[in-house]
Amino acid sequence: MTGSARLHPQASASLLADYTVQPGVADELFAPDGAIRPVWVPFMNQLARLSPEDIAAHFTRGDQYLRDAGVFYRQYSADPQQERDWPLSHIPVILHEDEWSEICAGLSQRADLLERVVADLYGAANLVRDGHLPPDLVAQNPEWHRPLVGVTPASGHFLHFLAFEIGRSPDGSWLVLGDRTQAPSGAGFALENRMATARIFPEPFPRANIRRLAGFFRAFRNAMDALPGADGRRTAILTPGPGNDTYFEHTYIARYLGLVLLEGEDLIVQNGAVQVRTVSGPQPVGVLWRRLDAAYADPLELNQNSQIGTPGLVDAIRQSNVNMVNALGSGILETRAFMAFLPKIAEVLLGEPLQLPNIATWWCGQPSERAYVKENADQMLIGQALSRALPFDIGADAALAGAFRGGQDQPLDAWIDANAAGLVGQEAVTLSTTPAWSDGRLVPRPMTVRVMAARTPQGWTFLPGGYARIGRSDDATALPMQQGGSVADVWVMRDHPVPEETLFDPGNFRREDIGALPSRAADNLYWLGRYVERTEGAIRLLRAYHQRLAEAGNAADTRLTRIADLLGGLSIDVNLPLQAALEPALGAARICAGKVRDRFSVDGWAALADLTSSLQALSGTLRPGDDCARALGVLLRKITGFNGLVHENMHRTSGWRFLTFGRAIERADGAAAVLLAFAGDEIAPGLPDVALEYGDSNITHQRRYRIDPTPDTVTDLMVLDANNPRAVLFQLTAMRRIAQDLPSAEVEGRVSPVLRALLPLEAGLVVADPADITADRLVDLRRALSDISGRLAAAYLV
Amino acid sequence: MRYDIRLSIGNDYGAPSDHARTLVRLLPSDLPGRQIVSSRLLTVDPVPNERYETTDFFGNAATVLVFHAPIDRIDLTLRARVERLLQPSILDLSPDLAGLAAELAAHRSLGPGAPHHYTGPSPRIAPDPAITDFARSVVPPGSTALQAVETLGQALHAQMRFDAEATDVDTTPSEAFANRHGVCQDFSHVMIAGLRALGVPAGYVSGFLRTVPPPGQPRLEGADAMHAWVSAWCGAENGWVEYDPTNACTVNQDHITVACGRDYSDVSPVRGTLRTSGEQDSHQKVDVVPL
Repeated sequence: MTGSARLHPQASASLLADYTVQPGVADELFAPDGAIRPVWVPFMNQLARLSPEDIAAHFTRGDQYLRDAGVFYRQYSADPQQERDWPLSHIPVILHEDEWSEICAGLSQRADLLERVVADLYGAANLVRDGHLPPDLVAQNPEWHRPLVGVTPASGHFLHFLAFEIGRSPDGSWLVLGDRTQAPSGAGFALENRMATARIFPEPFPRANIRRLAGFFRAFRNAMDALPGADGRRTAILTPGPGNDTYFEHTYIARYLGLVLLEGEDLIVQNGAVQVRTVSGPQPVGVLWRRLDAAYADPLELNQNSQIGTPGLVDAIRQSNVNMVNALGSGILETRAFMAFLPKIAEVLLGEPLQLPNIATWWCGQPSERAYVKENADQMLIGQALSRALPFDIGADAALAGAFRGGQDQPLDAWIDANAAGLVGQEAVTLSTTPAWSDGRLVPRPMTVRVMAARTPQGWTFLPGGYARIGRSDDATALPMQQGGSVADVWVMRDHPVPEETLFDPGNFRREDIGALPSRAADNLYWLGRYVERTEGAIRLLRAYHQRLAEAGNAADTRLTRIADLLGGLSIDVNLPLQAALEPALGAARICAGKVRDRFSVDGWAALADLTSSLQALSGTLRPGDDCARALGVLLRKITGFNGLVHENMHRTSGWRFLTFGRAIERADGAAAVLLAFAGDEIAPGLPDVALEYGDSNITHQRRYRIDPTPDTVTDLMVLDANNPRAVLFQLTAMRRIAQDLPSAEVEGRVSPVLRALLPLEAGLVVADPADITADRLVDLRRALSDISGRLAAAYLV
Repeated sequence: MRYDIRLSIGNDYGAPSDHARTLVRLLPSDLPGRQIVSSRLLTVDPVPNERYETTDFFGNAATVLVFHAPIDRIDLTLRARVERLLQPSILDLSPDLAGLAAELAAHRSLGPGAPHHYTGPSPRIAPDPAITDFARSVVPPGSTALQAVETLGQALHAQMRFDAEATDVDTTPSEAFANRHGVCQDFSHVMIAGLRALGVPAGYVSGFLRTVPPPGQPRLEGADAMHAWVSAWCGAENGWVEYDPTNACTVNQDHITVACGRDYSDVSPVRGTLRTSGEQDSHQKVDVVPL
């Protein structure tokens, strides 16, 4: 920042009135001499010009953005589906580019060092032979995977994407607190942090001087595409699935970078090659950016109990047929105890000291180190040597400043002696503080910065900012999000405006082949289509019941009990609260949608979430009759909104085809089921109305037949009408058209098994008269639809 | 002593399973000074689409089988001719347990034979307080490593009852020890847990026993199926010593080695992954005939 920048008087007067930097603590906003750091001045002045109401409104804008975008993380808890809103701390952390460049230079050296270390641990093991690393820290390490020993990665490198957790120590220098080498998260969240702060602080200055994030992602995607053997094969993100705490980020990055998102069961290994099962058959995969811990990647050779791996993946890696980002086994570098040996190893392997020191660490397996840890326990964090948690992620089996975090009944020294080789001592670092917003003012909170690094042909490149963790109190151990900390954007500022960046190479237009749809995604889309349609059908039938109840005013009316019975036959219990009646189908739809979140728009997801929350918001005190009918009307409009968003806006790729096929088959089956239930021999007066209402066809019926509904007119309209989108025939025709567009619809003059079943069914209805549609015919029709569903699954979905 | 070995082992699956991939560890290998394999042949039915031989981290021969079409059963047959060489009786040059720790610390290697792989918990063997207490109670302080191995092995043999029906392949060492019964896998897992608790690196060996005993000697337990025993590191001088807790004997010419590892999970003879929901049924038959 130029020296001309001065702090607006308002800033110090109100915003900083309570901002007191504690003695012995470094601060991001204030230099040690008490002066505000120049890099913060433009931002603080901007903030000072806003009224408290404006600031609150700006923050709300950012939060609203995050909610609309669906950003969440999962809290590991008793309820595995619990999602938490992204805990954005609205005030960014601001660092000058010169300081940032120094950090990156140090981390670049560290990244190279880590590559050398992991190559040695899976290669010659000279570090152990020469006494630079104790053998037990490797041999007992759950992240040292023996099946990978002696395997050189296809790309020649183990590490491609890293994150470093860094903090500022009291003397102002930076310190590495942890290396994230397994499957680092944060890059996608950094992007969302930036999108949110761009809405909170939209003014062009100081925005224009903040380094952009997109270039990093472009460089990394190009680097992955350039890996050996990646050409012509797919680059994919391998996720553990929707249960993972950072699943949102996996879907987000997949969408952002245009990569396919896969789970272990999407992949098969044949003839040593990794292939993705798609609706067009197996297709080769060249690069897997894995977000899955190595142990779970291959149940045949790694953790046998893994349900989310791919049998044979290790074999394919051994045969150099797939690039892993990062190599399986890289997670060993996250081991806490390694911090004790890396400074020396740097000198051995690189011939130079670490440019950026890591947190001082002593392994208690060495006698003199153990003695030192015992003597200085009051200034240390003592924890598990093989833990891969960050220093401030303190478990119950650890001691901070001489006291156990959990209830331990033995003296500290005895505990250290008894578990020596399993323990490390780490200097209890006092982290720097940075401004956070609390009750209308700025307060200092401890923070760490996460720096993302990617390997490119030109060397390591770094994501300039985007992600800092902020403590919720002065306690530096309350940093992790799981304990209520928050996350802030990090702005790396230049003295002059930076050029715009985008994800795309300028002027380099090409239409990418998006590749065939993975079978599992197709399966989920198909069932999403079915369950949403099933939910809609249930809403319509329930509404028909409650409307009649409102008219009759008496649930014991025989007409109503008859309808209730018939609905019961369709597995709809009118006596259940609406929530309980609709949740099974809607919940199933939500689970399917959650598994293909990368495949439909943010708006579509939001519409489904809105439907769910509307259903959950229905109180149990809704009175049967009018109350319920009205609530169901609202739900009906919302579900139609979801259908509209998806069907109007979704690209006509095979994903859309499976979703739509699912909707069509469910609708055809639903109509047949309702007719079957309502068109029995003894038709109660008025019952055909319900069928028409289910089919949304009352008005058409009135216009066309000009008589009260009879079984024949209802059948004509609901089964045989090729122009009524609620009719069975209409849906069969829609299904047939889709089936003709699916892969292998016709092979050497033979139509696919799906079409073979569909064509005669459709033709049969085209030439049928209402009188032909007996109850038996409807039963056969339903059986045929179930058979078609099975044929579709066998041909495309497994 | 030379043997003809014939093993048939198979699995029936309730429903056809898709994309089966199987890792087989059944082929015995040459062991310098201990074992010479003059022939070995593994046949697989149905014939897999892919089959290749590899060597795993611990040096065991492993066969990878891949089936591209669904299968509803797999049958494996091994025929091998193996010579076991007579081992001289062991002269106890092992250090006491404190000395063993020092020798262990001085051993700087991560190679397959390094004792460091065998000191801590492994996938199937977690530390167990009851086994630890038992091991400490039967092995007197000041014992050499070799004495500790033999003392613990004999004590377990005396305490635990061989029962082919009481446990299965997934029984944990804690359960087997608590009930004081099991098969060779259980005896071995419990002994390994006990040795590791004493600071003696210990691993798991799978293999075969001669089916028919020499004249005048009792038939050994565990000869109808594949067998398992323990390998323990007794210091730099004695190195790895093998002990069979199921029969309370050191391993010599009656045992034929197939594979070794940290516990059963490293050597399981047929490790497969199937996408199947059906029940599995497996059978095994072994003949080890001296020539």
